[in-house]
Amino acid sequence: MKYVDDFRGAEACLAMARRINAAAADRSYRIMEVCGTHTAAIRRFGIPAMLSGRIRLISGPGCPVCVTSDVYLRNAFRMAADKNVTIATYPDMLRVPADGVSLQDLRARGADVRGVNSALEVLEIARELKGRTVVFLAVGFETTAPATAILAQRARREKIKNLKIYSAHKTIPPALLSLGRDKQLCLDGFLLPGHVSVVIGVQGYRRVMRSLRLPAVVTGFEPLDVLSAILTIVDAARHRRVVLENGYSRVVRSCGNPKAKSLLKEVFVSKDSLWRGLGVIPDSGLFLHKPYDSLDARRTFSLREEDGHQARSSGCRCAGVLTGRIEPPACRHFGKQCTPQRPLGPCMVSREGTCRAFFETL
Amino acid sequence: MKEHISLSHGSGGALTQKLIREIFASAFDNAYLRKLDDASVVELRGGRYAMTTDSFVVDPIFFPGGDIGKLAVCGTVNDLASCAAEPRYLSASFVIEEGLPFDILESVVSSMAQEARQQYVPIITGDTKVVPRGKADKLFINTTGIGLVHKTLEAGMIRPGDKILINGPVAQHGVSVLAARQGFEGGKSLKSDCKSLWPIVKLLLQEDIDLRFMRDPTRGGVSAAANEIAQSSGLSLVLTEQKVPITASCKSFCEILGLEPLDIANEGKMLFFIGARDAHRALRILKSVPSCRRASVIGDVLPERKGKVYLKTTAGGSRILGMPVAEALPRIC
Amino acid sequence: MCLAVPMKIETIDKTEALVSAGSLKARVNIQLLPSLKKGDYVLVHAGLAIEKIDPRKAKDTLRLYRDVARKSMEEES
Repeated sequence: MKYVDDFRGAEACLAMARRINAAAADRSYRIMEVCGTHTAAIRRFGIPAMLSGRIRLISGPGCPVCVTSDVYLRNAFRMAADKNVTIATYPDMLRVPADGVSLQDLRARGADVRGVNSALEVLEIARELKGRTVVFLAVGFETTAPATAILAQRARREKIKNLKIYSAHKTIPPALLSLGRDKQLCLDGFLLPGHVSVVIGVQGYRRVMRSLRLPAVVTGFEPLDVLSAILTIVDAARHRRVVLENGYSRVVRSCGNPKAKSLLKEVFVSKDSLWRGLGVIPDSGLFLHKPYDSLDARRTFSLREEDGHQARSSGCRCAGVLTGRIEPPACRHFGKQCTPQRPLGPCMVSREGTCRAFFETL
Repeated sequence: MKEHISLSHGSGGALTQKLIREIFASAFDNAYLRKLDDASVVELRGGRYAMTTDSFVVDPIFFPGGDIGKLAVCGTVNDLASCAAEPRYLSASFVIEEGLPFDILESVVSSMAQEARQQYVPIITGDTKVVPRGKADKLFINTTGIGLVHKTLEAGMIRPGDKILINGPVAQHGVSVLAARQGFEGGKSLKSDCKSLWPIVKLLLQEDIDLRFMRDPTRGGVSAAANEIAQSSGLSLVLTEQKVPITASCKSFCEILGLEPLDIANEGKMLFFIGARDAHRALRILKSVPSCRRASVIGDVLPERKGKVYLKTTAGGSRILGMPVAEALPRIC
Repeated sequence: MCLAVPMKIETIDKTEALVSAGSLKARVNIQLLPSLKKGDYVLVHAGLAIEKIDPRKAKDTLRLYRDVARKSMEEES
């Protein structure tokens, strides 16, 4: 595959890994890889096995389905129970349990719940089902939000009155600030999410990184990308240098994608948002802007705002995993009561969930 | 004859008889079916026989490279082949949804008949039921097969140092069905690999290859088969990702959808566990078969008794290859 | 969900394009990318082309990685 295979060669990867291990001879380094797709890629390519134990790759909260709160899910269930509502969502959301039940369970009991691979498919569904209210559970970071924005613009332009959007979109930089300041986590640097960066650009992180003063590299998803970024961070951390580098320049530009950014600005407004595990993070959520009020499911269904309170559930330790406090095997349910077939929490459901990535490769 | 299957066709009366005679018996045509008895009597000569049964609920019923009918024959033939059993007889049962167009049924049956004829295995008995609209999704087929065992193979016969071979590229069936279901345009290159494996198994047996065990990696792909074998033999296995053949289009498809090719169903592939000294010869024999040019040695059996499966990745790293997660691809066969 | 794959532009029809990876084809929305032409490679995520892949930068990055790796191997021997 073009632009894929070349970045995977074993010889180059192993040579780079040896270089990292040599550079990390003096102490251990704690590097957070924020993005769920990075977690999955790192485990899929067997990267931990190439690196010395002094390199600690800590998984972060970059799994949008995983950081979506129970309150949001309960609201989704409430809407799904309405006989006139069709729920459309990304496939990973279907199996996330809250209070012991998931959207997939509700579907088995008769609710109209559909998986879509793209926000744009929801337009067709709404057109097809004129008599019903079609609610799109818009989950995802800055990579995915533009698709929702396009959906919103088109629905408004074409006056598709039965389409509603329930946005749970979140933005990454505010979460980085919270994690970088965490004294317990003690991070030496960040592997920044490559595809979020395609949208927000390298400059999307400048303010946060200036405040944190930690090395960070915008990282691609092939093994050579990841290894090269780790090497840069270890080198920088060793010499106490603060760097913000673009390791994914083949698709990430300094300014990001201007059209995508202006789309997000037009359709969304940033407000405080509740993240599973991290609590409320200021200005970290994207909510529909006033001109799109008529599309907002929150208004249509008078959904309760999400506050900091989250009920204890089932002993699931996703919160600890999402904040990098523990690795999945430290959770006593991991692999026993909690498996991908019978998940206790979202980290085991989502393809970008840390628990699932560990389960499939452990 | 009406254009669509109706409930009357399943009632056991005149219409049922007509359906059996004109569609099933005429297509599968053999001495047993010409009698149309409730059971067909066969004489099994000395030896051990393997018996296997499988139901087929694949959606969609027609996919590039095959259909539910061809699959129903190949699937059962391959289960017998994996026990080194020469397929001798098949049964075929049909559960048909009311309203299924006749020409669809005829097409599927014709496909089954053709495959059975090519494999020299007659379909000697069967059953037909029709259920009301909505109670079945078009057509479900069950086939049961009996075969004469040529060589006893057991997971316990696998030894550390044995090599693991496969006869060609992985994931083709699952990808073809999924692509057809989702309306992806891939044309000829995303064809199912659905095919009967007895001929190549027979070839290896005839050449007296030191064959210890076999498994056809259907649902759950190579990952599931490897893990099952690791469990039952008690030994650990290691696979080398770079050595696992895969077509470029399958690889792209899997990358795009975030699927692991090793987890995806095959319907024309066999995993062979072969004594190390015979591995090269076995590979040459497989590669001499036109459809198996991309046969490859993909792994080894390790001395450790942990029942785990390891994967050496293309990037040079390594990880554990676990049992695939259940919900990946429903109704793939 | 941040899964995105490089795909080649085959044909363009206003805000949509037919893209391919090998012989696999799909239809995606391209309104985020102003000036695309047939043969360009784009990163596709959830039905949307989010960026064009810069072939020159790709080559540079690859060369950089290979240099690091080569230097590593030279130092070791």
